[in-house]
Amino acid sequence: MPPQSSEPLIFEIGQEGRANRYLEQGKTLETFLPKTLVRDELPLPDNSELDVVRHYTRLSHRTFGIDLGFYPLGSCTMKYNPRINDAIASRREFAELHPFTPDELAQGALQVMYELERSLSSLFGMAAFSLNPSAGAHAELGALLIAKKYFKDRGEMQRDKVIVPDTAHGTNPASAAMCGFKVISLHSNERGRVSVDEIRKICGLDTAVCMMTNPNTLGLFEDDIAAIAAAVHEAGGLMYYDGANANAIMGYTRPGDMGFDLMHLNTHKTFTIPHGGGGAGHGPLGAAAHLVDYLPTPVVTYDGTAYALEFDRPKSIGPMRSFWSNFAHAVRALAYLYANGEEGLKRVSQLAVLNANYLRVKVADFLETPYPETCRHEFVASAQVLKKEHGVRALDIAKALLDDGYMAPTIYFPLLVPECLMIEPTETESKETLDAFVAALRAIVERAKTAPQELFDAPVTTPVGRVDETRAARQPELRWRP
Amino acid sequence: MYAPHTQADINEMLAAVGVDSLDELLRVPDAIALKSKLEVVPALPEYLIGRRFEQFAEKNGGVNYRSFLGAGAYRHYAPPAIAALAMRGEYLTAYTPYQAEVSQGYLQAIYEWQTYICLLTGMELANASVYDGATALAEAAIMALGATGRKKLLVSRAIHPNYRAVLRTYCEGLDVTLDEIPFDAELTTNYSALESALASNEYAAVAIASPNFFGNVESPTRDALEAIKHSGTVPIAVVAEALSLAALEPPAKWGAQIVAGEAQSFGVAQAYGGPYAGFIASTAEHMRRIPGRLVGKSVDNAGRTAYVLTLQAREQHIRRERATSNICTNQAHCALIATIYLALMGKTGLRNAAALNLGRSRELASAVANVAGLTLKSSAPFFNEFVVDTGRPAGEVLAALRKRWILGGVDLGRFYPELKSCILMTATELTTSGDINALATALEEIMRAPAIV
Repeated sequence: MPPQSSEPLIFEIGQEGRANRYLEQGKTLETFLPKTLVRDELPLPDNSELDVVRHYTRLSHRTFGIDLGFYPLGSCTMKYNPRINDAIASRREFAELHPFTPDELAQGALQVMYELERSLSSLFGMAAFSLNPSAGAHAELGALLIAKKYFKDRGEMQRDKVIVPDTAHGTNPASAAMCGFKVISLHSNERGRVSVDEIRKICGLDTAVCMMTNPNTLGLFEDDIAAIAAAVHEAGGLMYYDGANANAIMGYTRPGDMGFDLMHLNTHKTFTIPHGGGGAGHGPLGAAAHLVDYLPTPVVTYDGTAYALEFDRPKSIGPMRSFWSNFAHAVRALAYLYANGEEGLKRVSQLAVLNANYLRVKVADFLETPYPETCRHEFVASAQVLKKEHGVRALDIAKALLDDGYMAPTIYFPLLVPECLMIEPTETESKETLDAFVAALRAIVERAKTAPQELFDAPVTTPVGRVDETRAARQPELRWRP
Repeated sequence: MYAPHTQADINEMLAAVGVDSLDELLRVPDAIALKSKLEVVPALPEYLIGRRFEQFAEKNGGVNYRSFLGAGAYRHYAPPAIAALAMRGEYLTAYTPYQAEVSQGYLQAIYEWQTYICLLTGMELANASVYDGATALAEAAIMALGATGRKKLLVSRAIHPNYRAVLRTYCEGLDVTLDEIPFDAELTTNYSALESALASNEYAAVAIASPNFFGNVESPTRDALEAIKHSGTVPIAVVAEALSLAALEPPAKWGAQIVAGEAQSFGVAQAYGGPYAGFIASTAEHMRRIPGRLVGKSVDNAGRTAYVLTLQAREQHIRRERATSNICTNQAHCALIATIYLALMGKTGLRNAAALNLGRSRELASAVANVAGLTLKSSAPFFNEFVVDTGRPAGEVLAALRKRWILGGVDLGRFYPELKSCILMTATELTTSGDINALATALEEIMRAPAIV
């Protein structure tokens, strides 16, 4: 992307009266409403359709997506988003279906939700899923609400601690706080994992939930997970699985088999829902048998002849969103399951892990990899030595990659690795792409040693250079003003 | 399976890693290894996936009925230019714009969305979207709880029942008490009840929807507004039908400090309930409590205008358990769709669409009111939906309409036991006179038959 002159705001383009004729001309608002209720001004621009099309096409040219290049963003599973999923979700029988359509006239939609729910339950070893939560963090909140209600029902309201490893996503502790739980942060051991002894030490009568990701955000499999779950259960607590990294385990193990009681999935990661610039997501929430009754409503049921939305579930924590589910995403996720089947999903995990390990060994040639062992779907590298010797930080490497046409890896996360670069290639990238990325990264590391200033100045080929974030935060300008 | 690997690639890569097989890479301890066969839908070639979903699609007969459903999800015209633009791969396959230099386009579009929401609501700032209208209300309530340090919330019972149910779900986690203000015979909030409730000065927020769930435009009384001010309670306006903002006085006018709303009406598909685009807008004093992402305008290292995610110190990836909310993913793509819709419609198109909604719904109301046995439950001004009393169980009337290929509206008995003879009916700019005549004719027949008691 060559540097371009900036694109004006939509508000700076239009002229009043330059309206598009999408609808017939109606009467004035005052015909129908008392004058006191009608707003007298609406300061929005009128734009011709051509101007709008050019504007948002130009803006798209200033936006990087998976469709433009490799997106090795750790913990985000930026894999190819198959177009058939969108084509199906856009069918009018799905897109124009009103949420209050009676069940008997929405059997197809309900069957989509049911098939997805049953498949996910089997694939991850849960008794049932609710498709209600809107995203991963939303499902985490649902799970913690379930835990709170469950312990209340059992008269164990003293359980107010949630254990969160330092490798956990930031949403874990934030969700716990929204339910009034106190967060106990757990340090990973020298192997980058949760230690069973530590868990045994901190678990007790006040333990509510232990939230874990497996593999964790270092890309390492928590091989003591069964013992960890046993220790938490022995203390009377529940195990929660953050499914952000589910792309690494399909066909090999299941959270249910690892001992987890509750879990979420990000279908916008593992099951190819387009991220869309940060949403909409879709966060199915799964529960083991003893917690199924608590799942958010509604839940889809099937009695052998008809599908139905079930709302009357007395133990449920209740609904978490306006309507039943991010249904269009359920359609996409099920289409993806049909494209794979059981064997295909296993293959997905195999090749995701193969790609990550291949990158890991190649990158280890020229960057520190603090955990040099077989990883799963992602791994972390560190620019600590480069920083010490040449002043070049992970951020500078990330910005230089943008110049080469790559999205940057996740940086400065997980927090326990200094100058961290977290890399997740996913299974949809070819060996050629990975080789080219390795070559680009190697060249950047070389330049860090010989010409570090070039990296401090990067990126230079993008529509803008480094953005002044301090100014944005100190003098917040969050909108255009007429 | 969308992986490009050839067997030769796999062999070469395994050798580079130094393992013999893929199984070796993915091995887990025996005790937790998957042993059983899974029950996942079978793999199909792509053309058969299309056919499979065609079968599902055919079983969604509801889309072929004449529909008067609304109640929080609305059928509006969406120009095809929206999909042509929003479905571009650059937008569809981008992640959250953390790397600002390669995300300027999306950041600018969200900055435009924030501006549109401010202009429509009359508020000072708006966030980059939240999940939907109901969660917007819940997050707005959390802002007010934080601002006041109080532990009680007050909401009008004329707010969408689903929104109130979601708020109840959130309140369980927050250990907050949720009280409701009744509505009066005209199906608008009972403002004297609101005044007395606020006398105790213990509510963090009071939430009122306009148009409310019954379609009626709310006009808070002067005394009620005084009571809100004196009690130090944060007034929250809820807007479930965003198109109404093109016609009605913006919530800022009556003094709302936070607006929680749903932008589905702006070109976002009904899609059986989601995804939609929730929004939160507020006065400047609440800036540091607003949840989720915010796009700000800044400059790059050469002084050029540049957009960037800002005030991130509020957010979970920085603050963890001390964040203002756990929100990470939002509804960026739905917000983009809404932004393009607003750009295409413009002020003129939007106001005209609102006028057509007002007109069609009045045409519908008078046709229905002319049917013997049916009465309009309220005479308050409404936007595009209203309540009809059938004098018999509404479910029966709706079932009889379904036999005539009509979805007559929402049975209010589902949410309000005292309104079990009532239907919430909606008309938009897409409702035709043919639809209205067909409904009126059907209702004439149905109401002539004696009620099944």
